[in-house]
Amino acid sequence: MVQHPDGVDRRSVVDVLPPVMPRSVTKVPFVELAEGRLAGVVSSGSDIGRVYVSSISAADHGFTCSTNNNRPCGGLRGSMCKHLHALVTEAVAQYSVARVARYLGMPGADDLADADEVLGALRGQPDRQPAAAVFSRFLRHLTYLGLPPTAEPVPELHWFPARRVRP
Amino acid sequence: MLRPEGLAHLVGPRPDGVDHALDLLERLDLVLARGLARTGPEEARALTGLAVATAASPLGHAVGDAVGKILAGAGDADDLTVLAGARTAVLGAVHDALLVRLDEALGRARPQPGGAHPPTGVPAAHPAPAAHPALAGCRAWLQELAVVGWRGVDHDIASGGEQAVAALLAEPALRRPAVLLDGLTAELRAASPIASMTELPARRWADLWARGLLLARTAGTGTGPAPEPVTGRLLPLGVDVHEHPTAVQLQVHGLLEPASGGPTRLVRWTVGAGKVDTITGPGLWQLFADRPVLLHALARGRSIEVTDLPLHPTGDLVWDEQRARPGEAADPFTVARVALADATGGVPAPLDRHPVHLREPVLVEDCAVMADGPGPRLRLGDHSLAVDLDHLPSCGPLTAAHVTGADACLGLLRHDGREWVLQPLTVRTPVKRRPTVIGTGEWALGPTDPKVAKALARTGDPVGVLRERAGRLLRA
Repeated sequence: MVQHPDGVDRRSVVDVLPPVMPRSVTKVPFVELAEGRLAGVVSSGSDIGRVYVSSISAADHGFTCSTNNNRPCGGLRGSMCKHLHALVTEAVAQYSVARVARYLGMPGADDLADADEVLGALRGQPDRQPAAAVFSRFLRHLTYLGLPPTAEPVPELHWFPARRVRP
Repeated sequence: MLRPEGLAHLVGPRPDGVDHALDLLERLDLVLARGLARTGPEEARALTGLAVATAASPLGHAVGDAVGKILAGAGDADDLTVLAGARTAVLGAVHDALLVRLDEALGRARPQPGGAHPPTGVPAAHPAPAAHPALAGCRAWLQELAVVGWRGVDHDIASGGEQAVAALLAEPALRRPAVLLDGLTAELRAASPIASMTELPARRWADLWARGLLLARTAGTGTGPAPEPVTGRLLPLGVDVHEHPTAVQLQVHGLLEPASGGPTRLVRWTVGAGKVDTITGPGLWQLFADRPVLLHALARGRSIEVTDLPLHPTGDLVWDEQRARPGEAADPFTVARVALADATGGVPAPLDRHPVHLREPVLVEDCAVMADGPGPRLRLGDHSLAVDLDHLPSCGPLTAAHVTGADACLGLLRHDGREWVLQPLTVRTPVKRRPTVIGTGEWALGPTDPKVAKALARTGDPVGVLRERAGRLLRA
C-alpha cells in the first residue's frame, strides 16, 4: 500500500469500504450499521409471513424489537429477546466483531472475541423506536434483487474491481 | 505478448504532457476536497489552470466562463458540469497518450476513431436533452458535494445520495448513473464524517463525481454507432469481476474469430446484476444462474460458438445466451500465444477515454513475481511492473500465492496514479509441483475446492431466500 505524505490518495482505484463476509440469510435476512444503530430484520420461526425488526442504538444501546406491523415482540421483557441475539450474531458474521463493537462505541472494541462478548458488553435498556424506518430500508434493499439483469456494460464499475475478502 | 523490450518501452519516460496533466489534476482534486464554498488562492490557481489547459479546445470558452462564475461563488449545476467535462477532457488526453504507448509496447493494432476531431468528453455543442426528473436529483446532490467538499461531507449529506439513487433505479435506462451513485454513496456513508479521514481518496471520488455529472447529462440518450452482428468463435482469456455492495458485473475478455474470415478481434462481453452486500464471494455466480452457456464456458475453459451477436466498435459484444452454444476446450494460454498478438483492439467510446478504462489483455511468459519490497512486482528482463494482488476476486480460486509462484500470467494491463499495473486473470503456477492453469472464472459452476464448497453450502442460497422474502413482503 502506498503511503501519501499529505493524506491524499491519488489513485482512481482504492478500496474504501471495509469488506463484508458472506453469511446465511435464512434466519436474519437483513443487517445494517446505519443511521446510528445496529438494525436488522429477523424472520419469525413460526409464521412465514412475519418478520421482526430489531435494533440497538449506538448512542446508549437502547434496544427494541417488534413485528413489521409495530406489535411489540413478546420475548422482550426488560432483557433482550432471541431476535436481538440473532441480530448481533449475524452482524458479527457479516461485518466482524471489531466493526460491530466499534460502531456501538464499546470500549476495547478491538479486543472482543465474538458475538457473545458483544452481547455481554451491551448496557442498554428497552426503548421504543418505530420499526417502519428499518423495515422500509430492508424492502429497498430487496428491490436490488428484482432488477433486470443486463448485458449492457456499466463501464463505471471499472472503479470497483472485486477484491479478495479475507475472513 | 509483453516482451522485455515492450515492457522497457511501456515503463520508460512518460509520454509528453502526461505529467503536466496529472499535476493539474492533483491540484483540482484538492479543490473538490476542500469544497467550492472555500476557494482561496490555491483553488483559484487550480481552476484557472484547467481553463488555460483547455483554452484551445472546443470547450475553452465554456470552461473560462464556468471557472469565472465558480470563483465568484455563482456557479450552478451547469457550470459544474462544464468543470467536470473539462477535467474529463484532460483525463481523456492522458488516456489517449497512454493507450498509444500501450499499443506500441504490445504491437497491438487498433482502428483510428473516425472523424477529424476526436470526440471530447462532454457534448458541449449539443443542446441539453430533456432531463429525466431523476437526473435532476442526481445533479443537485453532486452539486451539494462539490460545494461542501469531501472534507465537509457528513452522514446527512452522504445519505442524500440514497434518494437520488432510488429515483434512478426506477428507470432502467438510467442504470449507469444509478450504479455509479450507489457506489459513491456507500463509500461516503462508510467514511463519514470525512473531515477526520486519513488517506482521502481524492482522485477516485473526483473521478466518480465528474462521471456522475456527465452521465446526468448524457445517460439514457443512446450514443455511439450501431453495433454490427458477428458470427464466429469466442475464445475466453479471462474474466474481470466488478463488485460494489449492490452491483456485480462479469466482464469476459477474449478473442473473436469471425466465421467469415478476416482478422481476429479482441472483444469483451459483459453481464451484470443487482445484488445486496451479503451476496459476495463464491456465491456471486448464483446471480448468473440463468446464463448457463457463459458460466459453463468459464468454468470448463471452453470456446463459445456465437451467431449474430451484436458487436460495438468499442469491442463490446452484447451477450445473448440464445445466440451462443458451448464449443470445444480452449486453453487460454494457447489461445493467447497463438492469436492475441495479432488481434485487433476496439476503439474506446468517447466517455470511456479515462485511464481507469485502460484494461488491455496481455500475456506475460517467463516472468517472475517478486512479493518482497513495498509492493509485489513482476520482473521481465531488466524492468518490472506492479502487480495488483488486492483485486483477485473472492468468487474465484486465484490467490496471491498462485500469482507469486506463477511463471506465466494472462492479465489486464491497467494504469493508475502514475504507474502501470498488471491485474492477473489467469496464471500458470505449480500446484503440487505440476504446472496448473488457474483463473478467476474457474468456480463459475461452483467451487472446486471442497473446503470452499462446504463454506458456501453453509451460507445456503441467499439469492433464493431473499427473493422469497421479497416476494412475500413486497407484495404485502
